[in-house]
Amino acid sequence: MLSKRVIPCLDVREGRTTKGIKFENNVDIGDPVEMARFYYEAGADELVFYDITASHERRNIMIEVVRRVAKTIFIPFSVGGGIRTLEDMRAVLLAGAEKVSVNSAAVKNPEIISQGAKAFGNQCVVLGMDVKHVGEKKGIPSGYEIVINGGRTYMGLDALEWAQKGQSLGAGEICLNSIDADGTKDGYEMNLTRLISDNVSIPVIASGGAGRPEHLADVLTDGHADAALIASMVHYGTHTIADIKSHLESRGIKIRKTRSTK
Amino acid sequence: MIVIVDYGAGNLTSVERAVSYIGFKSVITDDPKKIVAADKIIFPGVGAAGAAMETMQKKGIDIALKQSFNSKTPMLGICIGCQIIMDRSDENNAQCLGLISGETRAFSNQMAATFSDNYLKVPHMGWNGLKIVQEHPLFKGIEPKDEFYFVHSYFPVPINQENIYGTTEYGITFASTIGKNNLFATQFHLEKSGEPGLIILKNFCLWSPLK
Repeated sequence: MLSKRVIPCLDVREGRTTKGIKFENNVDIGDPVEMARFYYEAGADELVFYDITASHERRNIMIEVVRRVAKTIFIPFSVGGGIRTLEDMRAVLLAGAEKVSVNSAAVKNPEIISQGAKAFGNQCVVLGMDVKHVGEKKGIPSGYEIVINGGRTYMGLDALEWAQKGQSLGAGEICLNSIDADGTKDGYEMNLTRLISDNVSIPVIASGGAGRPEHLADVLTDGHADAALIASMVHYGTHTIADIKSHLESRGIKIRKTRSTK
Repeated sequence: MIVIVDYGAGNLTSVERAVSYIGFKSVITDDPKKIVAADKIIFPGVGAAGAAMETMQKKGIDIALKQSFNSKTPMLGICIGCQIIMDRSDENNAQCLGLISGETRAFSNQMAATFSDNYLKVPHMGWNGLKIVQEHPLFKGIEPKDEFYFVHSYFPVPINQENIYGTTEYGITFASTIGKNNLFATQFHLEKSGEPGLIILKNFCLWSPLK
């Protein structure tokens, strides 16, 4: 049977990793390539790099990071953040990423999903969604709305409708981030994750809110997620991939045991 | 020389990087002459079977691969490379290379519904096991608990059981490693499957079967 995936996410700014709490007060942790090697050897199933470099001119630094990561680890990894055009996608994939994730650019120009899927294959295109709970209202039947700019701008777009549209445009996977849960360490947004996962046929990665191994177990069972994104709970050494996976296994969840975690 | 065949099907550089990491040199080419002259051939790929076959035919790569197969050059197919060696594929209803008898079929669109308790989705994406059903030199060092990285919506269905070396469970049991003579192919991505993937890749680079 297919294993549930545990995916560390590394925020990268100008070539260095950071971890933001609610997108503010970012602190520098270190070299993304060394962190990638560490998590690869520790048994991570996949990695996500999120480029938060503000200046478009300095984005080549990220391409160089991707190139070095691709020579170091032999598991899939995706790159997101600031991907605006087909050329941005191509650069990241050619540098060695397996997947590229599009978020606000897709909200503004949904065609980038279908163009990317056509050029590189559906499996390369991850639709990243930042979502806030706003309650059911006109235009937002699910009660969950798409936001961009780190949660500051409401797009008047229903999260469920957007997920289904993204799938029909050719996204191969959804990375679903709850802005409400992000940084709280109180657990993933279960209702949102279940709602999206049950109504699309592509895999859903739950993101935002992980603080303890129990949170991953919950979202991978009751939340119906296919994979779970983690960040500060492992970056700061509070937990390891091994103890997370051992907890998941104790809850009867099928996980991949790497040779290092066996 | 190990040749990695470029037939317009995705990320060849990741296979080249993995081969280089385990200490071997390879060249990426779409030249049929270089393919026929190679000591070993890897044909990886993501994308669609129809487009892959079209590119191959346009460049004469299909003929080169058939010739190499007949002269028993060691060959390794990965993902799409494991599907286009069948007679035909459900994907784009493509006629394929016919190196192994059988066809490539699609996972049912109904799978998500049929197996709703397990939420099986298509594509089959992520890490899954491998049950070895027939020994092969390329499996040397592989352990029962090893898992491999899959991303696919189609899978090969050989007619002859003797062509099946390993199987994987995803709602159904399907052939995830197949082979014939000196051709071996994996539905999973060896270059993205961590240590176990690198072990099979290295076994292939070191493999010197009788011709």
